[in-house]
Formats: sequence, C-alpha cells, structure tokens
Amino acid sequence: MPHAADTRSPLLSMEAVDKWYGAFHALKNINLKVRKGEKIVLCGPSGSGKSTLIRCINALEKIEKGTIMVEGTKLDDSGKSIDAVRREVGMVFQSFNLFPHMTILENCTLAPMRVRGTNKTDAEKIARKYLERVRILDQADKYPAQLSGGQQQRVAIARALCMEPKAMLFDEPTSALDPEMVKEVLDTMIGLARDGMTMICVTHEMGFARQVADRVIFMASGEIIEEAPPETFFRNPSHPRTQAFLGEILAHH
Amino acid sequence: MGVIGQNEMLFLLQGLKWTLLLSAIGFIGGGIIGLVIALARTSAHSALRKTAAGYISIFQGTPLLMQLFVVYYGIGLLGFSIEAWVAVAIAFTLHASAFLGEIWRGGIQAIPKGQTEAANALGLHYVSRMKDVVLPQALKISLPATVGFLVQLIKGTSLAAIVGFIELARAGQIVSNQTYRPLLIFGIVGAIYFIICWPLSLYGGRLENRMAKAAR
Repeated sequence: MPHAADTRSPLLSMEAVDKWYGAFHALKNINLKVRKGEKIVLCGPSGSGKSTLIRCINALEKIEKGTIMVEGTKLDDSGKSIDAVRREVGMVFQSFNLFPHMTILENCTLAPMRVRGTNKTDAEKIARKYLERVRILDQADKYPAQLSGGQQQRVAIARALCMEPKAMLFDEPTSALDPEMVKEVLDTMIGLARDGMTMICVTHEMGFARQVADRVIFMASGEIIEEAPPETFFRNPSHPRTQAFLGEILAHH
Repeated sequence: MGVIGQNEMLFLLQGLKWTLLLSAIGFIGGGIIGLVIALARTSAHSALRKTAAGYISIFQGTPLLMQLFVVYYGIGLLGFSIEAWVAVAIAFTLHASAFLGEIWRGGIQAIPKGQTEAANALGLHYVSRMKDVVLPQALKISLPATVGFLVQLIKGTSLAAIVGFIELARAGQIVSNQTYRPLLIFGIVGAIYFIICWPLSLYGGRLENRMAKAAR
C-alpha cells in the first residue's frame, strides 16, 4: 500500500525551509512530504523546532526560505494563500485556546459561519456531529471554564474538525493535561487517525506514536535528524542523538 | 437670603439634564472614536500605532480645561460659529476617546496570544477576530476601568461652565448668587453628583471584585 500512495502528489510538503528568530536559526533546511491519510509524529527535545515547524504550515509563523505547499497552494505572503491553507488545515494547541466567552457550541460554529459562510442551523448541525464524535455533545451549552482540561481539548479538536479540514496539526495536545486526562484525548486522536485523517502531531506520547504513526520524525536543533516507521524508530534508531533522546524519554515510561 | 423654591430646583434640574446629556454624548462619542483609537493603537501597522499613541498622549498630557478652551475658541477662530454645547460636546468626545482608547488598548493587549492564534488557525479574518473573539473579552476586563472613567467624565463636565455652558455646577452657582445660600445650594448640587456617581463607583468596584474572584 505505501507504494501505491507514493505515486500520489503529497497533500502537504515543505521544501528546503529555513526559519530564523533574529539570529537564532530555528528551522534548518526542512524537507517533509505528507501524503493524504498519513500520520506523522514529530518528537524531539524542547527547543528543537518541532512546534515551530507545524506552526509554519498554517502560517502562524513566517518562513524566511523555502517552499510550503498545501493541497496545491503555495504558501506566500498573500492573504489569499494563507486563507486557502488555513481553510484546509486544522490546529489543536497545547493550551486548548477555546474562546472563554462562548459556549462549547458557539466555539464550534463561529469559524464555519464566518469563514465558510455556513448558516447557523447548518453550522450547529455540523458542530453537534463533531461534538458527538469527541463524545462531549452533552456539554454543548456549557462554557469552557466549566469543563475539565481533557474535555476542553476534545472540544478544541471538534472545533477544528467543524471546518472539515483535510489535515490536522496537533501541537503537544496532551502536555498541559493532568495525567488522568491524557488518555481521553489520545483516544479521540486515535479514532481520528483510524478514520483516515491526515495528521501531524508534535507529542512525547510514544505509545501513541507506536500505535498510529506511519512515520516518526526526530528533530534536534532545528533539523530533522531521523525519520522512520515506528518499529524501526523505536527498536533500531540509527542516529546517536535519537538513541540518547529515546533512552531518556523511555526511561520514564 | 432667598428661598429655595420650585423654580430654583427646576433650574438645577435643568442643569442636571445638561450634565447628563453632555456625559452621555462624551461617553458614546468618545466610546466610538475610542474604539478606533484602541484598534489603531494595537494595529500591526506602526504608523497607525504611533499616530494613536500621539493622540492619546496629547489628550492625557493636557488639562481638560485647556482642551475645552482650544476647541471652543479654536473653532471660533476658524470662522465657524457654533453653539457652546456643540463645542463642549466635541471637546468631551475627543477627551473621552483618548482615555477610553488607552483603557481598551490595555484590555486588548491583556487577551492571551493563544486566542488570536486560535482564531487565525481557524481562518478568521481581522474583523471577526476582533469583533467575535478579542473585543468581547477585552471590553469585559476593561469594564471596571471604563466605569471609573465615566464617573470622572460626569464630574468633569462641570468644567464646561468655563465657556458659559450651564450645566449642573454652573446652575448651582447661578442659583447661589441669586439666593445668597451657597452652602445649601452647593450641598444640594454635591448631593446630586454623589447620587449619580456613587452607585456607578460601587458598581465598578463590584465588577472588579467579581473578576478578581473569577480569575482565582
């Protein structure tokens, strides 16, 4: 199957991407192709550039060099290309970033109504469908602060899904959660992966990586150091920095 | 000493009417322009930010009394003849817009960056990002300071007397001159200001307490 998929053009690609924060070289010559339906897990020590990488994909960060293509749209400075990319790519943040002054349902209907021009009835129908899918429909009329962290993160996933994106970016979605809530969010993500969503996840949840990733990518100092299917990546990492990182992270599990 | 009869009280209430009207015009007009100032002050364009900052510092750095003079006599010098209340309304609107703009600027900047990022990631544009996401939260946290400023504005309208505008304080002065009972008259005038401003201050204080609790 992977061979058949290889012939298709990627849903998302980064070519020779470089990014600086002032003098700090945050991303160095990043090359990445993600096919439709592929699940990528990005890991690496903090400050390695993995969050920056996915934030460049939906233009939350600007790149200085290279090309990013999403669904045939080349990302440039124009508002038009940024709009096109953001319509197709959903994002889930570490700190949920739900809108606190809106109910769960309103959080989910805002973007479809404002960006896609969906009417309220249809937007609510879509919202209920995805809230149901993340198993939180019964909380639809509550405000974010009334929900637990795990519930809020599941709402954030539903909110992104309401735009019916072609790909989803996850930026450490479980890092801000209490341990007992990590599982419900991971289970939601696993369900999403099984349904065929294209996903790029920055996470330290190695169990999740083993279970759903097609490829695990290890980054350090702004570079992609190693890229391999999970079995190879965990059993037989080739680069010493990957070995050191895995040694450290797996010692805690 | 004269008596304080119905006529005198009516005259004071007439003044009160102008005080309230002037406060309302200043607050509403200042609110509208102030919103523009706050948005310019937090804009991505540095020219807009600097212009708004300059505007704010001019109005915050000069006395309201002087602003009243400049607008009142300034418009006269330009050859337009306008009624005192129009000049005063313009001056108060400009004055209030600078202060409200600065208060709301603080509110906008206090909203976590993640809110704007989430809105951006969802593809929301500036107008929706501001109208639906940032401003409702920013105005809410700015509410105590906004109410506080409204109280200042109401009391500040007494300065309009200087250009011959008969609002509550000036009406009090006139009645006091006629009746020779300044203590009683200004007692009444003070009480009226207090009855209006004190509940507002209380309300502002309560809002602040409630928010402090919610933030815990």
